Amino acid sequence: MSERKPVLIANGQGFWGDSILGPIRLVREGPIDYLTLDYLAEVTMSILQKQRSRDPKAGYATDFVRMIARVLPEIAAKNIKVVANAGGVNPLACKDAVLEVMAKSGVRGMKVAVVEGDDIYGRLDELAAAGEQLANMDTGAPLSSVRERVSSANVYLGAFPIAEALALGAQIVITGRGTDPGLVLGPMIHEFGWKPGDYDLLAAGTIAGHIVECGVQCTGGNFTDWRSVPNLAMAGYPIIEMRANGEFAITKHAGTGGIVSRSTVLHQLVYEMGDPHKYIGPDNCADFDSIELQDRGGDRVEVRGAKGSAPTDTYKVSISYQDGWKSTGQLTISGPDALAKARLCSEIVWKRLAYDGCTFAENEKLEEYVGANVCHPGFAVNGAADPGEVVLRLGVKGRDKHKIERFTYELVPLVTSGPPGVTGFAGGRPQVQEIVAFWPALLSKDKVKTRVQVFSS
Amino acid sequence: MVQVVLARIADARSGDKGEGSNVGVMARSEAAYAFLKQALTPEAAKRAMAGINFGAVKRYEADRLRVLNFIFADSLGGGGSASLKTDAQGKTHGLALLRMTLDVPQSVLDSTPERTHAR
Repeated sequence: MSERKPVLIANGQGFWGDSILGPIRLVREGPIDYLTLDYLAEVTMSILQKQRSRDPKAGYATDFVRMIARVLPEIAAKNIKVVANAGGVNPLACKDAVLEVMAKSGVRGMKVAVVEGDDIYGRLDELAAAGEQLANMDTGAPLSSVRERVSSANVYLGAFPIAEALALGAQIVITGRGTDPGLVLGPMIHEFGWKPGDYDLLAAGTIAGHIVECGVQCTGGNFTDWRSVPNLAMAGYPIIEMRANGEFAITKHAGTGGIVSRSTVLHQLVYEMGDPHKYIGPDNCADFDSIELQDRGGDRVEVRGAKGSAPTDTYKVSISYQDGWKSTGQLTISGPDALAKARLCSEIVWKRLAYDGCTFAENEKLEEYVGANVCHPGFAVNGAADPGEVVLRLGVKGRDKHKIERFTYELVPLVTSGPPGVTGFAGGRPQVQEIVAFWPALLSKDKVKTRVQVFSS
Repeated sequence: MVQVVLARIADARSGDKGEGSNVGVMARSEAAYAFLKQALTPEAAKRAMAGINFGAVKRYEADRLRVLNFIFADSLGGGGSASLKTDAQGKTHGLALLRMTLDVPQSVLDSTPERTHAR
């Protein structure tokens, strides 16, 4: 049997807010077969759920639709398939918006698939009645203790429904919540016919997915040796060259900036890592320490030897709930004696609030002197004792929204009633924000049914 | 023994893990890994990060990758959107740990190349 060409799977979006240049340059500057995009984070789901409650056509990543509008001609011409978790809590509405973009561009016959089943927000009471506690994985508390304040609940689905969508001929696959590595594992399962029991192959795909899931973080971004990275401005987004046997390479388009080296890949491998020997996903567990990384030079790192094992019988669930209010505000205080004056400013704010009956416990308030080493307390940092200027950041949080609001009124007055050199108040009063807390839980896999539908432009 | 900062013999990247953060410490040579495995204990990391982390410290070892992965259980001021801190995701915790000073044998330094800054 002649060896098949590797499949090229690129990740163009590390998170919602990542640069739109990622996907645009991936489709423009070299060959790829698949473009994957990650738009979701825990807090995002809650925001999207709120948007949907106000507007039944909202609740998905609108950035994705804008991106598709820009790359659609190239995706169509080069037959690049797109897999994105842009559906948020309303993947069908996201699909409608994408079909509308296609209609406007005159693209006909392109198939768009939607993967559903992750959103269990509307099923929480039914699941509770069926005996699912959805206990907090960290504290053990049952979900019923915060049930009225829950604002979203989504299962991290695996990669097989994505493969199913691709098998149905979809060129664009829109999902809701799934694991980030699943976005690239789905195409591999589809291309190579990997099965649920192929744990080593699924581990290879999962590890490849973990390496590329934060975009430029494996091609020179956020890299310890940052001085050694050429042309970081134009860093290429990562591309996986995957083979049917699970051996793969990480690379980027020729001529792009950044670096792919053993070290840049390893930096991303350890990002947000727990136990390196047991990375738990919905389709398998992967042993990160089983792999061999070989730096081939020329921005190419080869990975082989991935070992995996059976997954658990539960899905991880991401639940968000309202947990009070917070506000942070800042002022800039110039020298001389910037730090001493900034300390006086905080003292003044807390005293004036206390005069008005508004006090906060120590763990409900924050004082930071940015410029005087707020990031690395406990370590000696040059210049921290007498910085040329300081950004004073004050913050409060708690359940009583009135107290948080009261706080926001006491920062700006320091400009005329504090020590000299207080400025940087152009933003005006700080905003009051809702605290959306995260409740990690587990749910039996047999309680979740996924659904894949295909639509055509 | 020579007193150096951890950055001389290791790289690091960090990120959030719930209400805590993880710091992956990547040794820059075999010799550096062997040394760090015995010298950079969870207790030593906990002492160094005492201004940042107020909870337990767990260390995982990945021998083939030459990585020590530290979990700092209470280092984000509540974590997620409940945190008021500037570094609410622990993005800079890796660089903090790299500032830690260690007494390192000369032989380890000799077999661990200095950083090159050629662009």
